[in-house]
Amino acid sequence: MQAFVDQLIQEGYFPGLPKEIIYLGAMLLAALVVLSFFVAPLAGITSWLERRVWARMQSRVGPNRVGPQGILQWLADGIKNLLKEDIIPSAADKWLFVLAPYIVFVGFLATFVVIPFGSQLIVADLNIGIFYLLAVTSLVVVGILMAGWASNNKWSLLGGMRSAAQIVSYEIPAGLAVLTIIFVAGTMSMQGIIKAQGWAPWDWFLFYNPFTFVAFFLYFTAALAEGNRTPFDIPEAESELVAGYVTEYSGMRFLFFFFAEWGNLYVIGAIATTLFLGGWQVPPVTDNPVLIGVLQFMVFFLKAYFWVFVAMWVRGTLPRVRVDQLMSACWKYLVPLSFVSLLGTAAWMVLYPKGNRLASFGMFLMGVAILLLFFKRVNYQIRHSRPEIYWKPYI
Amino acid sequence: MSTLVEYVGNVAETVTTIFEGMAITFSHFVRRPMTIQYPDRIEKPVQEMLPLRYRGILEVDLDICTGCLACERVCPITCITIGIEMNKETKQRSFSHFDIDICKCMYCGLCAEICPTGSIRHSQEFEGACYNPAGLVRHFVTEPVPLYKPKKGGETDAQMITKVELGLKYLDEFATPEEKVGGAGAEEG
Repeated sequence: MQAFVDQLIQEGYFPGLPKEIIYLGAMLLAALVVLSFFVAPLAGITSWLERRVWARMQSRVGPNRVGPQGILQWLADGIKNLLKEDIIPSAADKWLFVLAPYIVFVGFLATFVVIPFGSQLIVADLNIGIFYLLAVTSLVVVGILMAGWASNNKWSLLGGMRSAAQIVSYEIPAGLAVLTIIFVAGTMSMQGIIKAQGWAPWDWFLFYNPFTFVAFFLYFTAALAEGNRTPFDIPEAESELVAGYVTEYSGMRFLFFFFAEWGNLYVIGAIATTLFLGGWQVPPVTDNPVLIGVLQFMVFFLKAYFWVFVAMWVRGTLPRVRVDQLMSACWKYLVPLSFVSLLGTAAWMVLYPKGNRLASFGMFLMGVAILLLFFKRVNYQIRHSRPEIYWKPYI
Repeated sequence: MSTLVEYVGNVAETVTTIFEGMAITFSHFVRRPMTIQYPDRIEKPVQEMLPLRYRGILEVDLDICTGCLACERVCPITCITIGIEMNKETKQRSFSHFDIDICKCMYCGLCAEICPTGSIRHSQEFEGACYNPAGLVRHFVTEPVPLYKPKKGGETDAQMITKVELGLKYLDEFATPEEKVGGAGAEEG
């Protein structure tokens, strides 16, 4: 990104302007383009897709009226929310109440700076990329706590407090799982981590050794909890807290929180893909740089979006956990297990400093076996109830 | 030691139950949704899919109505009002009005049960939305209609035969108590 702007300055596109102003303009333009042409449609379509996937898992149809198969539902929702009255409770702390959605949104949007969509397609390849990611996603908790406090409503406050406790707790297993990968890759740069892996599944860090395999699931669980997703959505548990920290919000401010939540799903998937699933690595099939770029983007996008689907699927499967269960699951199970995976990986690296291809391949075969077992169980469910099968995604 | 076994057991149980639960939801993901997309995107209107015994909005076939007023009398909330006039010259009795107020009707089915010819009956229609309550009063008489008198040797007109048969069939299906053979009870099983 910076190299590209420097090149433009060299070629004399912006005569007489100070360098700082050009950089500022370029950054704003990049943020605007990313926000309006990638993040906004992505979060919107994710919201629609989630409702469709969830509905199908409950034998319903889901929104399918606005546009073909309801794909424009998110636009209708957005327009409706824009037209709604923006209510600020009279007893609320006005400035914090107004500021909170933006903080949440900034915390989510800043992650897109380091997400590597391709070998060239990255805003800034920071050498502390993943560290930066962990730092800015923690900003979300500030916004949520602010929203809960400023609303001056006991449900909001409880939701905010729960969210703070939850995110702070789950940061630890997530951080340790990420640290496992930093051990193996030897770098914190997002591109560096991807370059340390290969295109083939057995070159991914997911199958590097049994401990990284466990670390992946630990990371995914902890990330779901950090994103306030079911089964860890106690901050906005509607049966206990109405809507948690968003209770008092209305109109577009309300939507900003959910915008961040759905966008955050993709960020979770993207981080998981970068760390464990080989990122944009593609098999060497062509020499055309443009074609390679497109292929890398598609591979990365699909891998990341698969985990978005899994998050929807988990939401359709698991019930919400209680507060005490949430805390005991984190401190009694996830934290010790992530320490085990960290130490195990460290020991593995002492034993095999160059990695063990045979063990990786064995782990890959085990992954395939788990997948086969899974489809066997699905087949069992279908055979026993003899339902009417309907493969088509549309209805 | 037993704590460790319990700990590992808990982890194993969590993983296996989530695995099984995900398999169940995925199997539902590929099933056909139960939803009927009313009112459009279905092969035929919902009205045609309802059973004959469905208690929809009341309808009256005045061609086979004898004007016995049994329905008017039995109606617990008097939503049926019938007016009968006699022409002084021809001694012909005819309906001046036959109104059913759908607003009041509670779909108990007593009128349809008691009707001797099965002329008043529940239709399969259920969409009664309308802009004011007056629009919900169904007027069945636009011009005076003579009362129906069953002929001694049975009907001769083909159209009347089908109407009478339809009424009796409806009575048989709808109004016959469950114990009787061929009634509604047999159909439901």
